[in-house]
Amino acid sequence: MRNCYIHSAVSISAQNTFDTDSFLAAIITHHENKIQAIYPNYREYISPSASRRMETGVKIGFVAATKALTLAQLSQPDAILTATGMGCIADTEKFLNSIINNNETYLTPTSFIQSTHNTVGAQIALGLQCNGYNSTYTHGNLSFESALIDAKLLIDLEEANNILVGGIDELGNEFVDYLQMIEAKYDKGINVPFGEGASFVVLSSKKKANAIKLLDITTVNKISIKQLTQKLEVFLSGNNLNFKDIDAIVLGNNGDVFDNYYDDIACSLFAHAAQINYKHLVGEFHTASAFGFWLAIKILENQHIPVGVLKNSTHSTTLKTVLLYNQFKGESHGFILISIC
Amino acid sequence: MQDKKTYKTTSNRVAVTGMGIISAIGNSVEDNKAALFSYKSGIKPISKILTIHASQIQVGEVSSSNNTLLTQLQLTPDTNFTRTALLGLTAVKEALNNAKIIEFDTYKTGLISSTTVGGMDKTEQHLKQYKTSLESQKYISSHHAGDSTQKIANYIGINDFTTTISTACSSAANAIMLGARLIKSGKLDRVIVGGTDALSKFTINGFKTLMILSDQLCQPFDDNRKGLNLGEGAAYLVLESEFIAKKEKQSILAYVSGYANANDAFHQTASSENGQGAYLAMQKALKIAKIKPEQIDYINAHGTATPNNDLSESVAIKRVFGDQVPNLSSTKANTGHTLAASGAIEAVFSVLALQEQTVFPNLNFKSKMKETMLTPITKIKKTEIKHVLSNSFGFGGNCSTIIFSKK
Amino acid sequence: MSITKLRLELKEKIIEQLNLVEFSVADIDDNTALFGDGLGLDSIDALELIVMLDKDYGIQLKDPKEGKEIFKSITVLADYIARQKNI
Repeated sequence: MRNCYIHSAVSISAQNTFDTDSFLAAIITHHENKIQAIYPNYREYISPSASRRMETGVKIGFVAATKALTLAQLSQPDAILTATGMGCIADTEKFLNSIINNNETYLTPTSFIQSTHNTVGAQIALGLQCNGYNSTYTHGNLSFESALIDAKLLIDLEEANNILVGGIDELGNEFVDYLQMIEAKYDKGINVPFGEGASFVVLSSKKKANAIKLLDITTVNKISIKQLTQKLEVFLSGNNLNFKDIDAIVLGNNGDVFDNYYDDIACSLFAHAAQINYKHLVGEFHTASAFGFWLAIKILENQHIPVGVLKNSTHSTTLKTVLLYNQFKGESHGFILISIC
Repeated sequence: MQDKKTYKTTSNRVAVTGMGIISAIGNSVEDNKAALFSYKSGIKPISKILTIHASQIQVGEVSSSNNTLLTQLQLTPDTNFTRTALLGLTAVKEALNNAKIIEFDTYKTGLISSTTVGGMDKTEQHLKQYKTSLESQKYISSHHAGDSTQKIANYIGINDFTTTISTACSSAANAIMLGARLIKSGKLDRVIVGGTDALSKFTINGFKTLMILSDQLCQPFDDNRKGLNLGEGAAYLVLESEFIAKKEKQSILAYVSGYANANDAFHQTASSENGQGAYLAMQKALKIAKIKPEQIDYINAHGTATPNNDLSESVAIKRVFGDQVPNLSSTKANTGHTLAASGAIEAVFSVLALQEQTVFPNLNFKSKMKETMLTPITKIKKTEIKHVLSNSFGFGGNCSTIIFSKK
Repeated sequence: MSITKLRLELKEKIIEQLNLVEFSVADIDDNTALFGDGLGLDSIDALELIVMLDKDYGIQLKDPKEGKEIFKSITVLADYIARQKNI
């Protein structure tokens, strides 16, 4: 089995994570219940003739991907894998509302074409003239984990050496309000903002100096808090690790009642580890765990945990291995392991 | 090749041990098979969706209403199953029955589904009532593409790797490919793979704006073809490692021997003139299967009957096969173009072709395309078939090929 | 409406319909090729213009291939509309 190294990681989010050399030094506190990402200067990356058709998700996805490739010094990936929960929701809303408001008359194709879930992956391939393997995962909050699993599989099976992987979700204009309306009905619903973002990495079978390794990923559909311990034990031991080897855990807390999953293991199995949350900074969306992934990578690269994400005060001086865990409403649990080499 | 402990490639052949399907030509594998043999087309004027375009289109609708499907699945009307989910679950259940699989504790079993419509069949009906109607609000959470997969997984009790792929019309082929690779690598012992899409006003109107719908029965590969007919349906295969299939004495229907995905990188919706993406996908699938083009006995083409696809695909086929183009047909004139599900529906037909040693006919074909002069098979043809190649090409230049081989 | 005014109107509509944010009417010459090497529009834009023809001028094209000739340039398009509408 070949090792999988992370050659670059880029994120466009509601924090200053893209156009900066600093690592979450100054945290932006958001008060709204919907938060937009901080958009880059699109003109630097996308021609006007291309961007005129693109909605937010496609633009931030394209830009994040482009930068990830540049940082990895890779002109052509062997494969492009994208992940999205709601897909190109803004164009979907546009086309659907046109159908409803105009009673199916005088409809134009652009928003329909741009609404397909694999538009980001397709635009990247088009821009690069990349004929390689190209797939899009759309399984709610496990979309990004699914893409990582496929990427690692490509490397394990020696089907590809350099892979571009990313998670993208945009706020959109209407559907997000309905989702929040439903969420507001719960006693203890999500209480971080709803957000958007694009986070891309380049994975490679080639080692490079100071590279972070993607060790493993696993997902499970339904699991009780009790069974979680055993699941984690098996996952870690399969990678020759035990609980004590984990220096930091990056958790997808979003304030709802299912945070119990995170809180339980944080204080039992990983009380020794640094505990990191991120959704209070960038919001909740299906591919928020891609931001979590970027964050974990940066923490290991910088050997530093920004104050704004650290929930407790414990942590070892050397950060070697990080476990990421995210779930949604008690289902679709995803676990990722990364470490320094 | 001797491999390390968790890495079982060449020794781990991927067997197909079960199939399930629901389409415009039947609600089961047997029904679909009988329809193919009797040249039956399920394409008709639309009946279940109100659209101003009704007189200008023909579609392949599944005959069952949502209520019928709900009842058959023993679901109560208060659920928020979309039609996409109902179709998918129906086909998954048949596939599991077919494979005689009743539990998922013994073997690590995953589910890889695919869809383009997702819950849109409900969203488009209820969007404007979300704010005011509780009955409508229940469908908010079922809009996203992963919902139907999640519902299927929860219903049948799958707990291991579950995911959804959405790459337009190549989605289910990509699901099959991922499943095969996970089996080959030993990461899963068994996996249910396929796709589902319901008809929706959204897609009907979307394709209308692209001006690629035909108002008549579609004519794949015909010189006078005018466009496609949309369809709906779902199909799934059960894939297992050959080792486990033999251990459990499963019926092996076929093997997934080759697969590939390549990107045309030409245009968001149109295919390139020289069919580069399709060419690369077919080439690579043959390489993975370790077979030469002349060993393919039947191509189940993507063949949507659009001017663009059929020309592009024909050119690519000629590039791969030269003058020795194998028996070729598109079955989309039977079922309509079922979008994400098409790769799986046509996978079922490919396996049936192997089982029956029969090439299924390409309906409505009269005259060869001037550019390539390809002639699809138009009559049921009994012939020796060892390897079937199935193409599925989606928007975004997403080109996939799967090769199925006889035991 | 005069043909000059129609040409101007078409330029405005094309800019709006196709979201050509970089362009003003002054940037579009009457005789520049709209597709290919000129303005650089593509087949998706052609479909958009077909809808515009229907919605704003009541002219329906059944076959997208007809658009190739009609949308050659602003001048050609304006003349076509004028003929169809007997302006």
